[in-house]
Amino acid sequence: MRSRTTLHAWLMLAPAMVLLIAFTHYPAVATFWDSLFSTPRATRPARFVGAENYRALAEDPVFWQALTNNLIYAGATIPLSIVLALMMALWVNGKIAGRTALRMAYFTPTVLPMIAVANLWLFFYTPDYGLIDRITAALFGWGPTNWIGARETALWAMIAVAVWKEAGFFMIFYLAALQAIPPSLHEAAAVEGASRARIFFRVTLPLLGPTTLFILVNAVINGFRLVDHIIVMTRGGPDNATQLLLTYIYEVGFRFWDTATASALTMVLLAILALGAALQFLLLEKRTHYR
Amino acid sequence: MSATLATAAPGREIAFGRWLETAAAWTLGLLWIAPLLYAVWAAVHPTGHAARFELLAPLTLENFAAAWGAAPFARYFLNTFLLVTMILAAQFVLCTLAAFAFARGGFRGASVLFALVLVQLMIMPDVLIVENYRTMRHLGLVDTILAIGLPYMASAFGIFLLRQTFRQVPKELEEAARVEGCGTLAILLRVYVPLARPTYLAYGLTSVSYHWNNFLWPLVITNRVETRPLTVGLSVFASTDQGIDWAIISAATLMTSAPLLLGFLLFQRQFVQSFMRAGIR
Repeated sequence: MRSRTTLHAWLMLAPAMVLLIAFTHYPAVATFWDSLFSTPRATRPARFVGAENYRALAEDPVFWQALTNNLIYAGATIPLSIVLALMMALWVNGKIAGRTALRMAYFTPTVLPMIAVANLWLFFYTPDYGLIDRITAALFGWGPTNWIGARETALWAMIAVAVWKEAGFFMIFYLAALQAIPPSLHEAAAVEGASRARIFFRVTLPLLGPTTLFILVNAVINGFRLVDHIIVMTRGGPDNATQLLLTYIYEVGFRFWDTATASALTMVLLAILALGAALQFLLLEKRTHYR
Repeated sequence: MSATLATAAPGREIAFGRWLETAAAWTLGLLWIAPLLYAVWAAVHPTGHAARFELLAPLTLENFAAAWGAAPFARYFLNTFLLVTMILAAQFVLCTLAAFAFARGGFRGASVLFALVLVQLMIMPDVLIVENYRTMRHLGLVDTILAIGLPYMASAFGIFLLRQTFRQVPKELEEAARVEGCGTLAILLRVYVPLARPTYLAYGLTSVSYHWNNFLWPLVITNRVETRPLTVGLSVFASTDQGIDWAIISAATLMTSAPLLLGFLLFQRQFVQSFMRAGIR
């Protein structure tokens, strides 16, 4: 009986597992393997070079810049988008005027393609006659600023677009969680005379813990995956100021066709994601219980 | 929530605080919708008005016609439609079968296999573009719509979501169906799948919007008009053909986003509610 159950189960799992292994597990392992070889060229096949690709990466200033940029990018988008999402959810869940319209406004960026969004923001950031420069000129009398053309501002301009794109999506999860909290809990706390801030930090926030963890995991992944707008808006420039790990993988792998270096780069990205997964697993074990 | 909280502090401060909060909420809302509003403004006015805001500027639909004519958008729409449909159909079938097996459990290797599935939640095909490109080249699939979709068809998120839903189905229903002579597949199709409808809707909406908008992998794997999805088509269009004619780019941008926006407007209630019911807490 048990062996028949096992056979049935494996038959049902087979199609999904084959594709999962072919396009997730195999490439992850193969990436490591390829990162130990040189890039095959027309005149010379790939040969084993050991850690040579990694040594070259360690001496590549662009790699370090991409890594630093990516840590700043993730470090800024993750907390900003989560805090904004929570604020949005609280507002939309409360009795604010026009909450249906607000909810739609917050969520709209989620359904817009990042490429479409990039085109629109490109215009916003245009020096002098772009919308942002007009507003800063009218309000503060600032001169034209080349937001995405200057090294100092370009990465932050990309971060702003990413936060704008993500926050509304995360809001949906917070909203779902908020609506699942029984109102009696808040009423009881209010009757006890707890202040608004106290209710939020003592009642609401702890109940949102598992949701926050779920959102955090997604935000971390997006911190390394969400690069579409950068490829369209800056191509990693100016002077690699907006180069992230994934944009650099794209550039090295598909513009220079240097697959060995791209594989080594991918390994770095995979290591970061694996670290994130391990942390998530430890936290999940403690905090939530999936049955 | 705010109503119950209002009793805690003096009235005037609360009223001011409430007013401030509403103002903040709306400022943020305006900021979030501004790019879309701007795109609509630029798209329905003649080119010269894109950067000038005059209320009485003449209206026109010519930008849409110009954008539609300037690039093979009809073909791009068809490609994206085929892509999204293919992925969704495959995901529903594959994830349903796998999730059902995991939900029932009790077979050898269940926990190891489930852990293998969960790996994909963290390491998505989006970051494995170099190696997956190589695989597609070996399979002779480079520059096909199938190649864009293949890495995403077995979705860990879908399997996880459906497994959670299937586990909540009461065992009595399954036993009743078995008494009536249903086999395993019939039980899945007649008992489990109908009960999981909200999950399918929620997952379907997420999947469609994800793959409608996906860019990097399609950019890498496609080279021709016949295979390019809308996102890649739009980026080619915006970067090469138009220089910086914002009116036409805005029109093209709106066109490519319109079906999703419309779908969201129609389904937004279901979307929010499905996520609540799907048990992502």
